[in-house]
Amino acid sequence: MTEPYTIIIGLEVHVQLSTASKLFCGCSTAFGSPANTQTCPVCIGMPGSLPVMNREAMALALKTAVALNCEIPRRTKWDRKQYYYPDLPKGYQISQFDLPLSEKGYLTISDSRGRFEPKPIRIIRAHLEEDAGKSMHDEVAGKGDSRIDLNRTGTPLLEVVSEPDLRSPVEARAYLDELKLLLNYLDVSDCNMQEGSLRVDANINLHIDTPEGPVATPIVEVKNMNSFRAVERALDFEAQRQYEVWQETGTIMGAPGGHKTTRGWDETAQVTVPQRTKEESSDYRYFPDPDLVPVTTTEEQVEAIRAGLGELPAALRERLQKTYNVTPYDADVLVNQGRELVDYFTELADRCGDGKMAANWVEQDVLRWLNDRQIGIGEFSVSADALAGLLEKIKGGDLTTSRGRDVLTAMLDSGQSVDAAMRKLGIQSVDQNELETLCGELLAANPKVVEDVKEGRLKAVGALIGQAKSRNPNVNPGQVRELCLKLIERM
Amino acid sequence: MSLTDLTATELLAKLTQGEITSVELTGVFLDRIAAVDPTIHAFLRIDRPAALARAAEIDARRASGQPLGALAGLPVALKDVLCTAGEPTTCASRMLENFRPPYDATVVARLRAADAVLIGKTNMDEFAMGGSNENSAFGPVHNPWDTDRVPGGSSGGSAAAVAARMTPLAIGSDTGGSIRCPAGLCGVTGLKPTYGRVSRYGLVAFASSLDQIGPLARTAEDVALILGVLAGHDPADSTSVDRPVPDYARTVSKPLSGLRLGLAREHFGEGLEGQVERAVREAIKVYESLGATVREVSLPHSKYAVATYYLIAPCEASSNLARYDGAHYGHRTNQEAMLAELEIERKALDAAGDTEGLDRLDNALVRMYRRTRSEGFGPEVRRRVMLGTYALSAGYYDAYYLKALKVRRLIRQDFDRAFEEVDLLAGPVTPTPAFRLGEKVDDPLSMYLFDLFTIGANLAGIGGISIPCGFSAEGLPIGLQLQAPPFEEERLLRAAHMFQTATDWHTRKPPAI
Amino acid sequence: MAISREEVKKVSLLARLQLSDAELETMTAQLGDILGYVELLSELDTDKVEPMAHALDVSNVFRDDKVRASLDRGEALANAPKHDDECYRVPAVLGDG
Ligand SMILES: [Zn+2]
Repeated sequence: MTEPYTIIIGLEVHVQLSTASKLFCGCSTAFGSPANTQTCPVCIGMPGSLPVMNREAMALALKTAVALNCEIPRRTKWDRKQYYYPDLPKGYQISQFDLPLSEKGYLTISDSRGRFEPKPIRIIRAHLEEDAGKSMHDEVAGKGDSRIDLNRTGTPLLEVVSEPDLRSPVEARAYLDELKLLLNYLDVSDCNMQEGSLRVDANINLHIDTPEGPVATPIVEVKNMNSFRAVERALDFEAQRQYEVWQETGTIMGAPGGHKTTRGWDETAQVTVPQRTKEESSDYRYFPDPDLVPVTTTEEQVEAIRAGLGELPAALRERLQKTYNVTPYDADVLVNQGRELVDYFTELADRCGDGKMAANWVEQDVLRWLNDRQIGIGEFSVSADALAGLLEKIKGGDLTTSRGRDVLTAMLDSGQSVDAAMRKLGIQSVDQNELETLCGELLAANPKVVEDVKEGRLKAVGALIGQAKSRNPNVNPGQVRELCLKLIERM
Repeated sequence: MSLTDLTATELLAKLTQGEITSVELTGVFLDRIAAVDPTIHAFLRIDRPAALARAAEIDARRASGQPLGALAGLPVALKDVLCTAGEPTTCASRMLENFRPPYDATVVARLRAADAVLIGKTNMDEFAMGGSNENSAFGPVHNPWDTDRVPGGSSGGSAAAVAARMTPLAIGSDTGGSIRCPAGLCGVTGLKPTYGRVSRYGLVAFASSLDQIGPLARTAEDVALILGVLAGHDPADSTSVDRPVPDYARTVSKPLSGLRLGLAREHFGEGLEGQVERAVREAIKVYESLGATVREVSLPHSKYAVATYYLIAPCEASSNLARYDGAHYGHRTNQEAMLAELEIERKALDAAGDTEGLDRLDNALVRMYRRTRSEGFGPEVRRRVMLGTYALSAGYYDAYYLKALKVRRLIRQDFDRAFEEVDLLAGPVTPTPAFRLGEKVDDPLSMYLFDLFTIGANLAGIGGISIPCGFSAEGLPIGLQLQAPPFEEERLLRAAHMFQTATDWHTRKPPAI
Repeated sequence: MAISREEVKKVSLLARLQLSDAELETMTAQLGDILGYVELLSELDTDKVEPMAHALDVSNVFRDDKVRASLDRGEALANAPKHDDECYRVPAVLGDG
């Protein structure tokens, strides 16, 4: 670290859980419907309406909490968080205050590029709450009305709050990537940031070393970040900004002017800008929601959830390294692609018996094909079994790696088997006698090479391989080399 | 004798036997309303053609021999706090003057399914907050026994409508005594069921953990008849309890043998007017004559009930009423006038160079909320919203709200202990008979203290019933309250019926109208 | 007096009510009376008492994750004091509400 300060970051992530209906009513949670077509008396808070909890939302929330290594209290309850805003029709949000459904977990982050050591990031709590609606503002500030769409109101959100354990924007990014990956593996959310199903707020400040001892800058909550990249950049910007402000003013946390403030990320200008808040707005007057009853969870239920989680990314990375002998980097790349791709990889590696080779082919060839076409592994037409057949031919020397790529492309284009694709490309294995004749001819025509080799310059034989390939493109270069050396020895 | 003097049970028999039609019956009650209600003001809305059409439809089904519901053809009045699909549901508030919910409350749907004729929506204290019905934005209800006096609240319209023979059956809601108190002051029978017995879905909330819907009628028998329709589990209300509903109408006439009545020492002390105490003690003697044993018990925390209630109820109310902000339904202040007002204030602050004032000045949205709510809510609602907001705000929660929740448990434990020794508690409903209109309006605290005997049941979540047990020297009704352990409505109704077979207080009719 | 006029003024903003000076005066006095009365509770020792937020001892009430028909837009917006064909309309939302 070159700067004389440590960056302290905590993240609050809101994840929309993929239920069919809302948290407390039967309205659909589908994204993109015409405004105000997915509401009912309950989610628009009409007088007399009452909420009833969605069982699936609780199940998905608990599953996530257990995967985040959280403690699951035996009893949790619902509270009302009260504030006035036109996208919050009841005047309160049903949330969880002092008895969240989970607390004290952690998520381990690591960096395959080694920018930081692997470390657990502590999770303070993960709790359920209902989403608010959407306000659409007029461009001209202060003029005209705002328009309110309540379709999203009442959609289930899981809020995951980390301890301020993150020490750089890179770590924050890694935390978000890992969290998103975990949610994907758990199949609890589609994590689509563009559609708002994953939202991030960051709390950041600096601990600065001074001759008089360490000081802390005022905490800033950064909002409005629409991608993980934006989070990284906003935090980079904010750390630098806080340092400059401190150098200029010396204002520290808790001192006059040192209270927590909120800033928004301006994606166009790539800066954070202050957001106005009023002092009284933070008095949320939480109290237990009398319309909803507590939820209890037994030890047995938690154990059943744990048993049903399946293999999660961290464990999977470890298994790939141990069982298939792939590098931490490769394990990371594979696991980050999701469960389905990992399954493809392990099947391929099992069939061809070479984890490293399988990893190379999946990462370079398969992923390139998928990325170019923006498709998933489910739509990749060459099965792991078929690809394994191709890799065996390469390992056996029947094909060079580059010829092998041609064969794979042919298989993908035509849907043919390995053998059919090879035939189509005119690739046949060369007969041993034919090869001996060819090598003999080459040696006879290149006495200088023979001489060089005899004097110990084995590399010289390389010149013959090129000539052999130009005479017959199907020859196996390794075999040519080996045979030539053998023949020279006998000479 | 007019049809309006008959009980619901008697009328149902006549309907079933074909002696009268629902159209006749409904017409008679509608005529009675037209004649009497200008004096009483029990109703906020009557839809005569709709009621008669509904009655005709039920008559037609009866004539063709189709199966009919348990209340087929009987008029029922609804407190205007219950949502009725497509029809105004005002809660007697300017705020909801034009609100038409797109759905029926569960109890309304159940009444329709039982083939009741919904005859009208009754007046009440605004958002059910009040004990005198003087808090209605549309004018007070007058007590049929003395029109200068209050009918009690907040279900004053429902109680007065039954007392004045404008409907045989009415629905109310009870958060701190709002069924039992007006039943007592109007001389009718009113039941607040156990919390969770009747679905609250579609009951516009005042204090969600205390609110409960219940019936008012002339007799315990009639209350039993309609309670069987109202009670039962509703998946739309998380706090409605899934347990069987006894056949109240069938069991109500069975007397209880060996009944053990408890008199809470604390309900016969300070504040209880002598003639009320005398009437209640006479009623207890009636029970003794019917074989009941009576003993004194103690509810040691009952002196804290009013204080506890006036923290919990306003806290919940301040939250429940936050939704009335002029954004999605209900009243909104005149937006142009609001913006003009803000502009004037801004200019004045600007001219005075008051930058701090300018900084504090409401934005348009906040001002819209504030004007809307101050215009839409009456003084009592504003007072309770303020009290609840304050008690929940940072720094006060523990001292007020949390403290009240703890005392609430102590109050519940008092009842649990008492019910280990006795089957029912018997005592007064209110400390005095009906007071004069305007007598307490400037003294909210004395109004609150009027609820001291009824509030305990709401805090504890238990059931209670008010039955007529005598009259004051001025000729005003006095009520007897019976309270039972949770889900013992059957016991309450049977005990009330026993009393009504031995006395005729419940048959008295207001002389003036 | 348990509550000051300034506090009442602050609470009126929190409660989104607008009170005239006269109303503020009355409100301060009345809230003071009521708060004075509820002080009664402080004489009870409730340290070991579990708070009772619900009248019922019921837990785990759920509904299945099934989509049910929503209101049609016209019905949803019908009660709105101001709306257009698609949305509720409110005075411009700027900064903090
Ligand atoms: Zn809904």
